[in-house]
Amino acid sequence: MCGIAGLIHRGSTADIGSEMTSMLQSLKHRGPDSTGFALYGIPENNQHVMRFKVAEQEDMKSGFDIHRQVVERQKEVDGRLEYLGVRMVERGEATAYSHRYIFSYDGDMRNLADYVEDIEGVEILSIGHGLELVKDLGDAATVSQQYDLDGFRGTHAIGHTRMATESDVDIRSAHPYWAYPFSDVSVVHNGQLTNYWTLRREMERRGHRFMSNCDSELIAVYIADRIGDGEDLEAAMVRSVDELDGVFTYLVATSDRLGMAKDVMAAKPMVLYESDEFVGLASEEVAIRSVFPKEIETWDPYHGEVKVWQA
Amino acid sequence: MASLDHKSHDMGLHAEQLAGRTQQRFFSATEEENFTYPWSHEVDFRLAEEFDADTMTATEINLKIRELMQNGVGTITVRNPRARHGVGVGILNRLNLKFEGSLGYFGCGLVDGPNIHITGRVGWSCAENMMAGTVVIDHNAGSTFGAAIRGGDLVCRGDVGSRTGIDQKGGTILIGGRTGAFSGFMMQRGRMIVCGDAGKNLGDSMYDGTIYVGGEVEDLGVDCVPGEMTDIELDWLTAKLGMYDMEPACGIANMKKFVAGKQLWNYDNLEPSEKKLVL
Repeated sequence: MCGIAGLIHRGSTADIGSEMTSMLQSLKHRGPDSTGFALYGIPENNQHVMRFKVAEQEDMKSGFDIHRQVVERQKEVDGRLEYLGVRMVERGEATAYSHRYIFSYDGDMRNLADYVEDIEGVEILSIGHGLELVKDLGDAATVSQQYDLDGFRGTHAIGHTRMATESDVDIRSAHPYWAYPFSDVSVVHNGQLTNYWTLRREMERRGHRFMSNCDSELIAVYIADRIGDGEDLEAAMVRSVDELDGVFTYLVATSDRLGMAKDVMAAKPMVLYESDEFVGLASEEVAIRSVFPKEIETWDPYHGEVKVWQA
Repeated sequence: MASLDHKSHDMGLHAEQLAGRTQQRFFSATEEENFTYPWSHEVDFRLAEEFDADTMTATEINLKIRELMQNGVGTITVRNPRARHGVGVGILNRLNLKFEGSLGYFGCGLVDGPNIHITGRVGWSCAENMMAGTVVIDHNAGSTFGAAIRGGDLVCRGDVGSRTGIDQKGGTILIGGRTGAFSGFMMQRGRMIVCGDAGKNLGDSMYDGTIYVGGEVEDLGVDCVPGEMTDIELDWLTAKLGMYDMEPACGIANMKKFVAGKQLWNYDNLEPSEKKLVL
């Protein structure tokens, strides 16, 4: 089933960490397997934030060796970043297997991502100026507390509560997906894509990499591919409604925009609230109500509808 | 918009009469004689209670409504339902019920008899399987609005999502604004009135029933064809919309009518054994 949510503050910042936690916790019944956040903070001058993991949560229960391996993998990441000429600003550790680095880097981001992910067990969750992507097993409150997301200030965010149907219960298959290798682009999705393998093979022939077998990752890769060809976000999303087959509603966020697209059957739910200051979207209105307790006017976007908002 | 070439009278599409259970508004608080279940509670509409649902669960809200009905309260106001799911369901009783706020999914489902007023919005599948009574929503509604309703009036003054009246088996659905794709999908009986526009595949695979649209129709679904409006229908539309102070921008006289073409396989009158031979 899955639940998705998005919010954007127009022209201001807020505690989007707490807001998204409330929204996703309200959608917990739609998917208890994992929860993910893509939060867009306030970028520092030319600095990148990289969120990455060196193991799955489940791996940490698999014996003693893994604890040595995650330390070695992190050291290897550090070594490779240093080799590439990255100027490290801050190293943070959210969990034993998940890290947050802030650095400056003028080189090619795809090279950096490929070089880092070449290390066994290492996966970059996101790289961005403002984007910080956090996902783990458990409900929103658990993940938010684990990664200390309350008080995270920013302009916009998307999130996901997952009910695993066609791929594993692990961080790799959790949403959101970063649209590798583009800074600050992330995707969450509710639905099933029926032409997943056809499009995946096409994307792989075009040089894109997939980290999971989750159909939602395809949307992130698809959007990245279109943006890479110079297409505008909204145009790419409009095209996706024709080219992605199946039932879906998905949200995309970039450094300063938030977009939603719904399939031509309008088979997956989405409720929308829009005002001059704030836009909130969720699979269920109860999520929007969790941050807007007063009476508000909401509606369902229609079949094939694509909308994009500016921060 | 599909071609208007076909004359619905020529195609024999006017068998359904504007009479019978689906055309009635079953319950009025002022009337003495009304249909009730033998186990329904005797309520007094002059007895009014209200409560704040802000911190209550859906189950607690529903149990509170039931408890008040058992105590003979006939007019109940629920404040702050906060878009909770499955609220106001399974009420098989005369009752005046008002929700001050919005409901989530499956609000007011499986009801038979109450008059319900929702001042906010409703989520997916509002009034699913409603048997009788009225449910009136002041703002918008989500998809599968009035799925499989069998009677009563279901009214949304705003816009409605997709698949409105899917599998509708009776009653009347009234929409003040627009309705989404696949409205009237597999409709079997009853009437749907859309004052605004209708999305694509209107009336797809409908077996019977009638859809009236005031605005533009994106396109018609399989076996849904334009019908010819009669005077009796115009009178009925005027009366029915007037009950809820609704009117399409184009005027009732300019509304369009859509019915089942009845050309699908299920109308071929073949016996199952004959179908096997054909297949």
